[in-house]
Amino acid sequence: MSPAFLSWGHWPNAAQHVLRLSNRFAPLPSFEGHALPRGNGRSYGDVCLDDGGTLLDARGLDRFIAFDQETGVLRCEAGVLLSSILELCVPRGWFLPVVPGTRFITIGGAIANDVHGKNHHAVGSFGRYVRCFELLRSDGTRRICSPQENADWFTATVGGLGLTGLITWAELQLRRVPGAWFDTETRRFDRLDDFFQLSAHSERDFEYTVAWVDCTARGNALGRGVFSRGNHCAAPSSAKSRRERGLRMAVTPPFSLVNGLTLHAFNWQHFHRAPKALQRSPQHYRPWLFPLDGILDWNRMYGPHGFLQYQCVLPPPAARDGVRELLDRIAASGSGSFLAVLKQFGVIRSPGLLSFPRPGTTLALDFANRGPATFELLDRLDEVVAAAGGAVYPAKDARMSGERFRGYFPAWRQFSEFTDPTLSSGFWRRVVQ
Amino acid sequence: MNSQRVLIIGATSAIAEAVARLYAARGASLYLLVRDRNRGEAIAQDLGVRGAVETRVGILDASDFSAHAAAIAAAWSAFNGLDVVLIAHGTLPDQARCDADTDYALREFTVNGTSTIALANRIAQRLEAQSSGTLAVISSVAGDRGRASNYLYGSAKAAVSTYLSGLRQRLNARGVNVLTIKPGFVDTPMTAAFRKGALWAKPDQIAHGIVHAIDKRRGVVYLPRFWWAIMAMIRSIPEFVFRRIKL
Repeated sequence: MSPAFLSWGHWPNAAQHVLRLSNRFAPLPSFEGHALPRGNGRSYGDVCLDDGGTLLDARGLDRFIAFDQETGVLRCEAGVLLSSILELCVPRGWFLPVVPGTRFITIGGAIANDVHGKNHHAVGSFGRYVRCFELLRSDGTRRICSPQENADWFTATVGGLGLTGLITWAELQLRRVPGAWFDTETRRFDRLDDFFQLSAHSERDFEYTVAWVDCTARGNALGRGVFSRGNHCAAPSSAKSRRERGLRMAVTPPFSLVNGLTLHAFNWQHFHRAPKALQRSPQHYRPWLFPLDGILDWNRMYGPHGFLQYQCVLPPPAARDGVRELLDRIAASGSGSFLAVLKQFGVIRSPGLLSFPRPGTTLALDFANRGPATFELLDRLDEVVAAAGGAVYPAKDARMSGERFRGYFPAWRQFSEFTDPTLSSGFWRRVVQ
Repeated sequence: MNSQRVLIIGATSAIAEAVARLYAARGASLYLLVRDRNRGEAIAQDLGVRGAVETRVGILDASDFSAHAAAIAAAWSAFNGLDVVLIAHGTLPDQARCDADTDYALREFTVNGTSTIALANRIAQRLEAQSSGTLAVISSVAGDRGRASNYLYGSAKAAVSTYLSGLRQRLNARGVNVLTIKPGFVDTPMTAAFRKGALWAKPDQIAHGIVHAIDKRRGVVYLPRFWWAIMAMIRSIPEFVFRRIKL
């Protein structure tokens, strides 16, 4: 049993055996009870944990298979990290069509959680750029799945949380870019309505949009924040060769560094430091797309009890009032995070049965784990999301009830017909019981 | 500079694969000797995507001595000579089983010791003939002193290290470098069963050290380097004390 395999939120704990995979031609190793394919463990809650079972650590499946530099079609094993793909393809003029807020996730994990990025309104979710993959089941069968071939297995496995089998390799369609940089614009906004207005005005001309929101602001300032938008561009003439800062949280402090005091101070300062009017600047893709990757193991700042991430989406008719209500409940609780993110999803359909991205407004933030008070707050947020007909993101969840999950993801019953009988996760056992 | 020509024996081992990736990124030509063709081809494809000019795969079971000469000859003619040869194949024997089963112990000694020396001996002849190149061999800190927990493995690696020390002297004047690599604890599939502490390194870290040592034409390198100090200490413990402690 290995204690080293936590989830990114460091909560909950799980005791698990670990089997390492490194040969994509081999059958699944034998294990007792249940098991779960695992990528780089960047899911926040328990979709990447299998308490009492076995983790099939796929990070050793990290080989490229083929890269066509003319068409941008890349085939690689499922444990390859997005960061490795970017290192390979950006100098050759290609980019991943969809990246989440960290590049330290595996391809298998990106498919299993059908991840999204700041350009969702323009391009949709990650699964849309998966041309095909191989799915290995515990009975030894292998299927090539694509939107055309074994399409039912494809839609179950995209967003399928690793429960339909092991993805051994996948083929992606990359997109051309003029360089490693972004032409970005940033400004702050004083209220929530301004966010919706800025988003609506930016969606046509900017492929990437996102907002940071001050989750401590209340009253007239409720929903104030900083809006950013950008497009891929070539290296600016002023660009210097840059080195990664390489900061790291080397230890877990004995208590959470995120508390009422630091939270208010950080949020106030972050808002007031941002420009009042649009400010344009060239930014390298690493700090702009992956700001938190600059501080390795940043999740340790929440201390030994860890934290809970909450990300939901509210569909358009209810989004404005719903987000306001959510922010109000969060601000009233006095908890919340440095990094609260607000983003308008587009209308492009996600391919997976259990895909999270859908039209509407998504809000994401962390909460230091303060025990029952935190869980009660998240239950109160669920009330708002459920009433609005929205959903909570499984990849970030460690606590939603089965009833809520089944309401958010009505296709779960159809999905469950595709799960591998020997695969399970802490998350799955929780939400189907 | 022309593309470096690199032969790796035991190329599916985690450290060897990490070394191969570094050479691929430099645009080297690689020849991989492996037991399992599928796995060898998978690595070859990967190296191709990462920038290797050319990658070829040959099949060799290192304990089959009669196959050594032909396998090395094929590798030598593939790129018309070689600049770097890395011998990386090996196993981690179960010491308790070695104690109880002499046939098993000798088989393990053959894989980790005799076969490595046999390969190095043939490769040395070819490097000497071309008067250039580097022979790099993965030995181990375990070869520096026999310890109860893994002395069969340690004795095979000691034989390898001692052989290489002499070979290095012999080939020094001929422009051929012989590098003895002594990794400490490395987190690889070979050591999957061990509980990992602060002394454990990743294969990628070790690989950077190996390529650097080859580039600098070093003779002996401990990786990570702090293992030099640890082993110096372990070697200096007087035998009357050493025999009483558990290591």
